[in-house]
Amino acid sequence: MEAFLTTYVVPAVLVLLQSVLLLVVLLVLIAYLLYADRKVWAAVQLRRGPNVVGPWGLLQSFADLLKFVVKEPVIPAGANKGIFLLAPLVAAVLALSAWAVIPVSDGWAVANINVGILYVFAIASLEVYGVIMAGWASNSKYPFLGALRSAAQMVSYEVSIGFVIITVLLCVGSLNLTDIVLAQENGIGTRLGLPNTLLDWHWLPLFPMFVVFFISALAETNRPPFDLVEAESELVAGHMIEYSSTPFLLFFLGEYVAIVLMCALTTILFLGGWLPPFNFAPFTWVPGVIWFVLKVCLVFFMIAMVKAFVPRYRYDQLMRLGWKVFLPLSLVMVVVTAFFLKLTGMVG
Amino acid sequence: MLPDLRSSIALASPELFLAIAAMVLLMIGVSVGRKATLLVTSLAIVALAVAAVWVAGFSHDGAAFGGMFVMDSFARFAKVLALAGSAATLLMGYNFIRAARFDTIEFPVLIVLCTLGMMVMISAGDMLALYMGLELQSLAIYVLAASNRDSLRSTEAGLKYFVLGALSSGMLLYGISLVYGYTGNTSFAAIAQALAADQRQLGLVFGLVFVLAGLAFKISAVPFHMWTPDVYEGAPTPVTAFMAAAPKMAAIALTVRVTMDAFEPIAADWRQIVIFISIASMALGSFAAIGQRNIKRLMAYSSIGHMGFVLVGLAANSQEGVRGVALYMLIYLVMTLGTFAFIMSMRRTTGHVENTDELSGLASTNPVMATVMTLLMFSLAGIPPLAGFWAKWYVFLAAINAQLYTLAVIGVLTSVVGAYYYLRVIKIMWFDEPVGGFLPMSGELRAVLGFSGAFILLYIVFGGPIGRVASAAAASFF
Amino acid sequence: MLPTKGGEAHSGTVMLNGLPAVFFYLFAFVAIASAFMVIAARNPVHSVLFLILTFFNAAGLFLLTGAEFLAMILLVVYVGAVAVLFLFVVMMLDVDFAELKSGALQYAPIGALVGIILVGELIVVLGGYAFSPRLAATTGQPTPPLAERANTAALGDVLYTHYLFAFQLAGMVLLVAMIGAIVLTLRHKANVRRQDINQQVARVPETAIEIRKVRTGEGV
Repeated sequence: MEAFLTTYVVPAVLVLLQSVLLLVVLLVLIAYLLYADRKVWAAVQLRRGPNVVGPWGLLQSFADLLKFVVKEPVIPAGANKGIFLLAPLVAAVLALSAWAVIPVSDGWAVANINVGILYVFAIASLEVYGVIMAGWASNSKYPFLGALRSAAQMVSYEVSIGFVIITVLLCVGSLNLTDIVLAQENGIGTRLGLPNTLLDWHWLPLFPMFVVFFISALAETNRPPFDLVEAESELVAGHMIEYSSTPFLLFFLGEYVAIVLMCALTTILFLGGWLPPFNFAPFTWVPGVIWFVLKVCLVFFMIAMVKAFVPRYRYDQLMRLGWKVFLPLSLVMVVVTAFFLKLTGMVG
Repeated sequence: MLPDLRSSIALASPELFLAIAAMVLLMIGVSVGRKATLLVTSLAIVALAVAAVWVAGFSHDGAAFGGMFVMDSFARFAKVLALAGSAATLLMGYNFIRAARFDTIEFPVLIVLCTLGMMVMISAGDMLALYMGLELQSLAIYVLAASNRDSLRSTEAGLKYFVLGALSSGMLLYGISLVYGYTGNTSFAAIAQALAADQRQLGLVFGLVFVLAGLAFKISAVPFHMWTPDVYEGAPTPVTAFMAAAPKMAAIALTVRVTMDAFEPIAADWRQIVIFISIASMALGSFAAIGQRNIKRLMAYSSIGHMGFVLVGLAANSQEGVRGVALYMLIYLVMTLGTFAFIMSMRRTTGHVENTDELSGLASTNPVMATVMTLLMFSLAGIPPLAGFWAKWYVFLAAINAQLYTLAVIGVLTSVVGAYYYLRVIKIMWFDEPVGGFLPMSGELRAVLGFSGAFILLYIVFGGPIGRVASAAAASFF
Repeated sequence: MLPTKGGEAHSGTVMLNGLPAVFFYLFAFVAIASAFMVIAARNPVHSVLFLILTFFNAAGLFLLTGAEFLAMILLVVYVGAVAVLFLFVVMMLDVDFAELKSGALQYAPIGALVGIILVGELIVVLGGYAFSPRLAATTGQPTPPLAERANTAALGDVLYTHYLFAFQLAGMVLLVAMIGAIVLTLRHKANVRRQDINQQVARVPETAIEIRKVRTGEGV
């Protein structure tokens, strides 16, 4: 009995507690990132943004949450009920489940698995199902068009994301996310004789890939300027037209969790994860998790600015960018990186 | 443990050259567009010729990539044939596809890639290489068969071939997996070793049957021949010519290699199967062709019958038999290409015709063409002293020396029956009322037809040296 | 070729117990049940969704055997890309599958006959099946123990070193498939306006605009 407790119950409870902690912090963070997103957008357009609920509108996201939850969910008569309700759940649960392997600081991951990066990539590629299922189950034209667009768009951009990840993996030699971060302790900077700084991180040697990844992440999460799935001027709200109340909230939540996930992934792959930008005091006094959150916020700020600045792409332009620009570019970079590493003897 | 990459690449350099050539041609074609078809076709012929010279003159024997790729005199013989056959079809086909308006740049590229597949098949020393080569070759042919996409029959032919081909690949793979499960290895040498050391297993025999069934489909031997007439008729004529010639030869070479290398220890088992398919193919090829009026269908049945004759040589399981197979393939290749050069020249101002009745009285309207075609038909029927006779002579002799008397007798009888429909074509050309001549032949078709006619007529003169090369090729298995 | 935990497969049968056993039965049961639903579901979209569930559980089974790389690749490739295209096509198809299936019933006896023959053959094969007594010695690429080589690296050894030739050939096969798909389906339509970015960027005022003096009241 005792063995049962120590082998099964205790680890299970521990994992459960870790997950709950992660989720709570993540959701609160997202509430404020959402607020920040709206504030940035408003600032660019010389508006005030949310400023009514709470001091400076700080409680706006929670008010929205409450509103969504208490409203009546409407399910269209012609909808395929089961799938219609399953879709938002799929979107939200998948986005959240990817966080299980994200290391927010050294050793701070709910599951530190060997193939962490593949797991995140797999989950990211599954997120399209929420959109497709919603589009089909709504049984109406605009959502369906949104679903079709989304399917083609996500499959296209996954290809270049995959190649970017491969480039990073070539430099690291491991699929483990913690190893990927730790591999960025030494890099270009230390080779030049500098102390460990932000110059060692992957963004510098792999700069083109960093850019490709950032833009592909926008497309993968249906953020503007690639939000053709829900393009309001063409499709009203795409796959989300028929949704209201909590199902809508789940979609909304899933979308933002996925965006923050992509920010975290960018941080881990290119921006040194929890490593401080300069490896000496006072920067080393700050805990790694704070650096991680700060970097995620920085990437999110860039994403928010893109939304405010860049007009939406036309669909053929989106496809052209994915297949004719990013795919060849990332493919060439994989080959170049592999040759470089082999010829300079940096890997075996 | 690790295959030596440098020497492996050196050994497989003709294949590597062909692969790179295909990709370069594709790049040229894509960047220039459709007007580059002539250029790409010419360059493809040059590439095939270079590869042939390379294989014939500058390659040495050995195994590469950990035994997956084997180069020996048999492989050399078969590869030169495959390359020559593909180059000849490209030469013959260009004007046809241009006239039929599907002269895409991909056509020659696909033929080069298909030839690459054949070369891999011929050199296969491992079930994986066998399967990949076969699939590369077949996939290219599926596309080629459907390449005249505005024609319903071409599309149908491609689709039919594809669906049945996928089925046969499935059978082949199932057989391979059974063999792999038993021996734990896919390499031919290791399989032969395991088979020689152990008792024969029922599951393994099932594996053998499935592998042979998959291969029989590719050489269109009975009972896996059903696709052949429809696909031959539906596919554009240059593609039919291509399919009937080089890939068939490569599939036969592959069958020889699998049976002789991997399954040598259980020869008694596969010989039964080969004898059965051989008899069935010879019989069906002879009898079913009698009623055919479309010359491409006729050639389909003719090729089924010829595959039966080739397998007679394999069934003998002797050096003499393999020599017979090699020579038969050479002669069959030349005869087939000559016949298809003729079929492609069956052209009036109204377009191409494919019916045998259209040949009526050709002897008076176009005597030269009719004479060469008569020679080809006599040779296909196996009338001495033409090349086709010698081809049959070699395999039957090998069968008799291996005590397969029944097989040899059935072979002779079916070739007598088969002679009927070849002679019928001759009769139509010489004794029926003329229905009007064909347009003059184009230069390249004339060259192929002329070469083919000269070869079968003069084979008796220079058969000796060719026979010696074939003997050397056959010796690599014994 | 599956890496197994601690190379237990080499020492004979592996007994699952404890939590792995629970998960094994869970994944296996759901995989079989959803695989059955793939063919039983009336709605083709439901079929594809059940297919995806089957893939998920297969990935779970891979994880249990320690083949984590294969599990993730199964998700990325089959669920993330192939099944999306399936779903795409099935959603676009305007085919009444119920009607199609009703016709299938009349072929059921023949189908059943073929099935019974195949099952019989399989029983004969598997009943009489044996592995070579020297299997351990002849095995082409034995799986290294997980402790020595992580399974991602082990797969890499097999694919890129031992079977490099077959791997490269697979690339050529895919190239042919791609060329084939393009040759057979791509049609360049006339009168379609395409965006040529180079041309747009290269435009200069001299070629793009024409300045005319227009007299008042006369128009162009």
